[in-house]
Amino acid sequence: MKLSREQVEHIAELARLALSEEEKALYQEQLSAILEYFERLQELNTEAIPPTATVLPLRSGMRADEPKPPFPREDILANAPAAEEGCFEVPPVLE
Amino acid sequence: MKPHQLTIHEARDRLTAGELTAVELTEAVMERILAVDNDVKAYLTLTPEEALDQARAIDARRAAGEDGPLLGIPLAIKDVLCTKGVPTTCGSRILEGFIPPYDATAVARLKAAGVVLLGKTNVDEFAMGSSTENSAFFTTHNPWDLSRVPGGSSGGSAAAVAADECLGALGTDTGGSVRQPASLCGVVGLKPAYGRVSRYGLIAFASSLDQIGVLAKDVTDAAIILEAIAGHDPRDSTSMDAPVPDYVSGLKAGDGLAGVRVGVPQEYFIEGMQPEVEAAVRAAVDVLAGLGAQVQEVSLPHTDYALPVYYLIAPSEASANLARYDGVRYGLRVEDGGGPNEMFKATRGQGFGPEVKRRIMLGTYALSAGYYDAYYLKAQKARTLIKSDFDAAFEQVDVIVAPTSPTTAFRIEEKTDDPLQMYLCDVFTLSMNLAGIGGLSLPCGFDANSLPIGLQIMGPAFGEEQVLRVAYAYEQATEWHTRRPEL
Repeated sequence: MKLSREQVEHIAELARLALSEEEKALYQEQLSAILEYFERLQELNTEAIPPTATVLPLRSGMRADEPKPPFPREDILANAPAAEEGCFEVPPVLE
Repeated sequence: MKPHQLTIHEARDRLTAGELTAVELTEAVMERILAVDNDVKAYLTLTPEEALDQARAIDARRAAGEDGPLLGIPLAIKDVLCTKGVPTTCGSRILEGFIPPYDATAVARLKAAGVVLLGKTNVDEFAMGSSTENSAFFTTHNPWDLSRVPGGSSGGSAAAVAADECLGALGTDTGGSVRQPASLCGVVGLKPAYGRVSRYGLIAFASSLDQIGVLAKDVTDAAIILEAIAGHDPRDSTSMDAPVPDYVSGLKAGDGLAGVRVGVPQEYFIEGMQPEVEAAVRAAVDVLAGLGAQVQEVSLPHTDYALPVYYLIAPSEASANLARYDGVRYGLRVEDGGGPNEMFKATRGQGFGPEVKRRIMLGTYALSAGYYDAYYLKAQKARTLIKSDFDAAFEQVDVIVAPTSPTTAFRIEEKTDDPLQMYLCDVFTLSMNLAGIGGLSLPCGFDANSLPIGLQIMGPAFGEEQVLRVAYAYEQATEWHTRRPEL
């Protein structure tokens, strides 16, 4: 499975990763080699096999719906790169 | 023996007898850190003042008659677990400046047990790696040979334990990240079953695989720490509401290993593995037989597929989990004058290191339209087969023993150019995470370069008791665990 440069750029766009030209070339080569190694999975007949998403038995946990104090707003905003008026600040979405 | 060289249970005996105070013990360990950590580089953050404050408070509690297996014991925490008020980096630039407003449950439970926290240990970025070379800050060095890696991703924790820079440590294990560094550093590395320990406050890598584990100087210490952190937590819906056994008393249950059925999987002795590793593990199996265990061959026929299955599932889950690092709520932000989308891309492009980006790309691809069935779904189906192998094997045996790592510690930069070679370091440890079972690695010999070799003991889900019992019996019959590196 050989990835094209366009595929690498498409994946990076989906993952919201800005990549340099060198990184694109490197990942094109490395991811292609990794995917080629993974081809061995296709040997396995898994037609009648259900997928495993978690090893735990499926169950719904219920607990009493009791209100508890949330984290103080200032504690949470203390970690924000930019905050204003008690909110996270981001670049303008609309000009 | 100096205080920093003690095991947890030895230190506890001295603390209880009044021969040692928590302050003396903490000071001795901190002196040791100052003496050797310039070479080992196990710690990312040290909190000496807080540690001494905690130790003083605990001495007062001990003077008032309180006692406990971890009361006054200095431990280290892998830097992927949130610690209130103490920077938590995941070994990544993208979490620059992040100071958690809360403790992970495992950390809170240790604090409640009276543990003195020394600091945070180095990791491969977001726990992705097998050598700590993927840390954005520096590489940790193996205390047995400073030109070699300690393994990873809990390499800082394993090296700190091996170098007597703490009495024990927490790590995390998504595909071998507790067991492989334990093997390479000659210490005990315990990975409990999925669901055994709450992951609240563990910064997520691959949510269906991640588990908090223990790095310790011996099996008894590992049991003591597990007992303190195990059990249901309402804050983690994947933590099972199952009773936590008395692991420490369980170590000495039974008459040697009489009646214990030990399985040896042929698939774990492969071409290309270091011959000394195979010889040491086979010799360890003979020791177990000598202790009364019934040894038989078992087969885990889908072992060969574990590596591709893991490296599809783990990066897929990681690509989703790491979507949260967008420069908005915490950590690094890089703005280039554009809108939010440009900010996300610039922040993530600069904030993540090469391996994390590689895995995000791999996972994004495996989940993307047109490839989901061929990669992600296929891997999940193959995961079912790998889990079924273990279910079938554990109908015949109580534990399975195998090598932990195909080689002893490799040289720094030996594998950094070829990601696939690095992935192959985990070839013996990945399956356990895919199956959700628990197990451990403990020292079983040394190679010609005096580098430690690890024996892996695996048990069925929630079967940590029998794993620990077999490990303890082996440890009591051998002396590997008493050796320490010269630093």
